[in-house]
Amino acid sequence: MFELLGIPPQALFGQVLLGLINGSFYAILSLGLAVIFGLLNIINFSHGAQYMMGAFVAWMCLNYLGLNYWVALLLAPIIVGATGIAIERLLLKRIAHLDHLYGLLLTFGLALIIQGLFRNQYGSSGLPYAIPPQLSGGQNLGFMFLPNYRAWVIFASLVVCLGTWFLIEKTKLGSYLRAATENPTLTQAFGINVPLLVTLTYGFGVALAAFAGVLAAPIYSVNPNMGGDLIIVVFAVVVIGGMGSIMGAIVTGFSLGLIEGLTKVFYPEAAATVIFIIMVLVLLVKPAGLFGRQA
Amino acid sequence: MTDLASTDTPAAAVLTETDDSTARLHRNLFIAIAALLVIAPFVAYPVFVMKVLCFALFALAFNLLLGYGGLLSFGHAAYFGMASYVSAYTAKNWGLTPELAILLGTAVAALLGTVFGALAIRRQGIYFAMITLALAQMVFFFSLQTPRFTGGEDGIQAVPRGKLFGLISLADDRALYWLVAAIFMAGLLLIYRIIHSPFGQVCKAIRDNEPRAISLGYRANQYKLMVFVLSATLAGLAGATKAIVFQLASLTDVYWSMSGEVVLMTLVGGLGTVFGPIVGALVIVSMQNYLATLGAWVTVVQGVIFVLCVLLFREGIVGVIAKAIKKPL
Repeated sequence: MFELLGIPPQALFGQVLLGLINGSFYAILSLGLAVIFGLLNIINFSHGAQYMMGAFVAWMCLNYLGLNYWVALLLAPIIVGATGIAIERLLLKRIAHLDHLYGLLLTFGLALIIQGLFRNQYGSSGLPYAIPPQLSGGQNLGFMFLPNYRAWVIFASLVVCLGTWFLIEKTKLGSYLRAATENPTLTQAFGINVPLLVTLTYGFGVALAAFAGVLAAPIYSVNPNMGGDLIIVVFAVVVIGGMGSIMGAIVTGFSLGLIEGLTKVFYPEAAATVIFIIMVLVLLVKPAGLFGRQA
Repeated sequence: MTDLASTDTPAAAVLTETDDSTARLHRNLFIAIAALLVIAPFVAYPVFVMKVLCFALFALAFNLLLGYGGLLSFGHAAYFGMASYVSAYTAKNWGLTPELAILLGTAVAALLGTVFGALAIRRQGIYFAMITLALAQMVFFFSLQTPRFTGGEDGIQAVPRGKLFGLISLADDRALYWLVAAIFMAGLLLIYRIIHSPFGQVCKAIRDNEPRAISLGYRANQYKLMVFVLSATLAGLAGATKAIVFQLASLTDVYWSMSGEVVLMTLVGGLGTVFGPIVGALVIVSMQNYLATLGAWVTVVQGVIFVLCVLLFREGIVGVIAKAIKKPL
């Protein structure tokens, strides 16, 4: 067996895989944040809670309604996205004219409410969610063992990320969205229903978070705190990537997951903080982020 | 972009003009607060009052940055918590007297504030908030991974209160109370002085219109950094004092929910008002004490208060009073 810098290849590739999986979640979540930020100018602090809701809806579908993983993968984003639409209509709309920081504070309050409610109902210990039978097992690639479900997560998140990128950058609806981001008043004057666009965008961003939550459910145990710490790492990813481009969010998400995975192999003590250290370095060299535009 | 306090809290905007009657009102309020501090330990449980005072100082420090500097830091738990660890560690393991332990904790918070502030002011608005939050999370991971210093999950327990100046024992709650009250009062007076100094006026000008302040020749970033460091230092003073009062420093103090709590206290009391954060801290700490039996529902209640404050009650308690009497408070 060959060794790379004294690390057995199984461990190395295992962590690379784990890094790519975490990167998938970073990418989907920072993409959702970027989409919402673009049009609403709000950092959606409840994004982590909405990711957690996605996982819980999948769990509820299975345990209360007997609906399998594939139905949940479709249903959970729709349900959680609908709650997002309600939040936008009932709450965020009312503070749209205020300083953007109020949006951050409001969504922070919402995150506390959502997490508290789930913690009351289900406790903090975490609930198991089985891997769907179609995706159990794995492939022996010779140099490592690849569990099917993990391969699926990376594939699914790549498809969703690239699909979103295509929707925003290449379609007519996306061009309306980009126009509304640049100049909402003018876009409205052209007869485009900007408030509706804003509502749907928020719903879509939230649905992305919920989709990530369903993907995560079989890997991590479903628990009310699963979004809280993750979202702060995603904020750091967003600062590193800059909010300028959709592609930026995807590329930064995956690469930082990978870097984090590699750090776990070579210097495990720094694994929890490596993303924050990169954030500091990027801020020093390029304050607008790697893909961001200087304000 | 950074006109957070001025656009929505008229109370803060009026504050620039402090006329004679307002100055008299403020002086009377200070006398009233001092009088309250003197009677408080005799009518209420002293440890509870000390807890309120520590958090009130923390909220005052935070409000100095947000209300008067227009900078929303979402990571103030870092300075509060780190100072609390340093003060607890040095008091317990180095046997420092309480005043030295508190001073050392405060100094470390100042240092941390300088480094983090210099990084964070490179971006504005929402980015600034996210960067302070991410940096604070780094401090949290550091605290979690260095159990030899922080005690990990257990925290640093049984911190000795020691003897003030090596002479006066602080083991008795009442004795310690006077020290905490003095620290709180000194912090409040210092913040009042900062707000009403030429330096404070420039900070408010930058908050209201940064490009204009820069065009007038002010180095906005230096002022922003300065107010950030002052705020971090005073937050550290509050955290260090809290460690001595409760004889405990723990991960809760550096966790990001603590940063959220101090924002909530400031919002409830009145953003950009001098006395608001004190009222806010009193309300939130009392709420936590009396609702403690509800368990996780406390988080839900806090979240609801947060949402209501942002939607309907942006001026906060003191802001509403200030508006009613048409005087800045």
